[in-house]
Amino acid sequence: MNLSVRSRSCIGMGSDDIKEGGKGLVKDITIRIDDKEISAPSGSTILEVAKANGFYIPTLCHLDGLTDIGACRMCVVSVGGKIVTSCTTKITEGMEVITNSDRLAELRRLNLELIFAERNHVCSMCVSNNHCELQDLACDLGMQHVEVPYAYPRLSIDATHPKFIVDHNRCILCGRCVRVCAEVEGAHVWGIAGRGRETLVITELGIDWGDAETCTDCGKCVEVCPTGAIVEKGKAAAEMEKHPQLVTTLKERREND
Amino acid sequence: MKREILIDPVTRIEGHAKITIYLDDAGEVNDAHFHVTELRGFEKFCEGRTLWEMPALTARICGICPVSHILASAKTGDAILAVRIPKAAELLRRLMNTAQFVQSHALSFFYLSAPDFLLGWDSDPAQRNVIGLIGANPSLARKGIRLRSFGQQIIERLGGKKIHPAWAVPGGVNSSLSKEDVDFIKANLPEALDTIRGTLDLFKSSFADEQTRGMLSDFPSLFMGLVSPDGTWEHYEGNIRIVDSQGSIVVDQFDPAHYPEIVQEASEGWSYLKFPHYAPLGYPEGMYRVGPLGRVNVCDRFGTPLADAELEEFRAGSQERSGRVFDYHYTRLIEILASLERMERLINDERIRSPRIRAEAGINELEGVGIHEAPRGTLFHHYKVDSDGVIQWVNLIVSTGQNNLAMNRSIKEIAQQHIHGGKFDEGILNRIEGGIRAFDPCLSCSVHAVGQMPLLVELQTPDGETVGRLIRD
Repeated sequence: MNLSVRSRSCIGMGSDDIKEGGKGLVKDITIRIDDKEISAPSGSTILEVAKANGFYIPTLCHLDGLTDIGACRMCVVSVGGKIVTSCTTKITEGMEVITNSDRLAELRRLNLELIFAERNHVCSMCVSNNHCELQDLACDLGMQHVEVPYAYPRLSIDATHPKFIVDHNRCILCGRCVRVCAEVEGAHVWGIAGRGRETLVITELGIDWGDAETCTDCGKCVEVCPTGAIVEKGKAAAEMEKHPQLVTTLKERREND
Repeated sequence: MKREILIDPVTRIEGHAKITIYLDDAGEVNDAHFHVTELRGFEKFCEGRTLWEMPALTARICGICPVSHILASAKTGDAILAVRIPKAAELLRRLMNTAQFVQSHALSFFYLSAPDFLLGWDSDPAQRNVIGLIGANPSLARKGIRLRSFGQQIIERLGGKKIHPAWAVPGGVNSSLSKEDVDFIKANLPEALDTIRGTLDLFKSSFADEQTRGMLSDFPSLFMGLVSPDGTWEHYEGNIRIVDSQGSIVVDQFDPAHYPEIVQEASEGWSYLKFPHYAPLGYPEGMYRVGPLGRVNVCDRFGTPLADAELEEFRAGSQERSGRVFDYHYTRLIEILASLERMERLINDERIRSPRIRAEAGINELEGVGIHEAPRGTLFHHYKVDSDGVIQWVNLIVSTGQNNLAMNRSIKEIAQQHIHGGKFDEGILNRIEGGIRAFDPCLSCSVHAVGQMPLLVELQTPDGETVGRLIRD
């Protein structure tokens, strides 16, 4: 049994099929990933099982400790020929999963290109340059060109908060800020408004962040934001280094209390 | 019939430009225009970004002198944060600027202009470049390349990379100097000094005669540059001084933050490059020159022994200031020497190794001006921000713009000297380009092509009919 799978106790799993706290028995079921037979607790997601068994699936919106929502679509896998997001799809008995194929690689790269094309991601002057999950993923997936036309939307910066800045040009709408603020900090400052290409992360009901009285200034949204969208004020190019694993650790410690 | 000669593109400069020479009915030169044909739009698209991004953002104006924009931008940031940066940060910024002077001036002299002097103005254009120079004088070419590399390596050691090192930030710099860096500079300084002293000797013995020095035009103008409070040559701080060709001081110890009182900008429909001029004299009478010749003409001294000896020889006891465009090359070499001497002093200053290199502060002023000397001349950054630090307005006055009036004057004089009866050849056109090249213009540069860009010369009637054509490729 892999420790990293067990650590996700929020969805109910235990080493000896017995979950403390009276949640009852959790059965191990068997699935096949890339022709390898694997047993894992029922209730696990494909992504959890794959990661725990050493399979690489690219992710962006996923962060250990936060509820998965399948926002970025980078973690797509093939289940019986159907494309699904592995972070939100739970395993079922006899499931056959393919994590990597030419088609999946093409879909992921195209998806990544669309993410880049949707906003204004200019790495060279970005505060998160060299410390950016989006940039890292582009390198990992070998994205050398963006073949879809850039949208170049005219988007604003909200620098009204005394300590932090949100730059919508660099937001990929992963929703980590929304989830960490609700699930870990409990402040519910962040939300998502608008539809389609007009979608934006907002503070409270769309007021300036500096006016949001519910914000505790904790900075967790900064630490989990995968790009240079939510950053500390005063950072120059390439100076912003984030530590999203702090939130994972925090969540684990709370659950273990 | 009126005709035009078009040099398009101008080669061995940084950026894209063309020259049009207007001939009258008798084939004599009536006028000449230096057109900068690219538009970048930085002043506009910086609006809405944050103050802290500006050094990295404006650095992208240029791949040859990103350091200049980074330093001017960081200084503007200092003004808006209203901080006095730590001494170590100032010394480190000065060190990077001296390295920038060395690499940029070495590029201009050895790579872009020396082929004209050493291979001949009329030599084969296919060989008249740094590759040809390597073939003709491998020792000098190697030394020049190593000198530029020395400057570049110091920039890389300080800022993490040779090009666009966004290392200077509002409030200071973001990393210090290691002992290995100091040792590297100390170990390589003697060779660099040796190279520049040898090059100056070669230059003076081969090209310092009156005829050569006058060949790229000679005319009076104002000269501008920064000087320290006691009138010493300055490249990072100090105040503005303007002198005229007689050597009389027109403006002295002028606070750069009030530059709009003395510098105004005009524009013409035939170029994207603006025409800054000395405001009290108006446009175009307020022509002034910046850069190596400007700085050397305004200062009382360099403050370092070797450069001061060269200054004395350059001035030759005259109170008058040189208006020769060719002397840009001469003064550029003297400035490399001065920069290396300054560099030596900086690394021997214990304070440069202090770990306190950055002052932290919020937005304390809504407007700031940052000025220093870029290799090509005085560089002005001027920003307005809102109370959150978001840029509302930007004005950049770059060195090449300030030399715009003088560059146009220069090409007109050279063309009038050489083109008669509508006759010209490639060598004459190269001299006209050479007049531009002496200023080492950086046209918000994107590329430079080591003499491999084609040169297209067209003779045109006013209604656009091409009556003659010369192509160099």
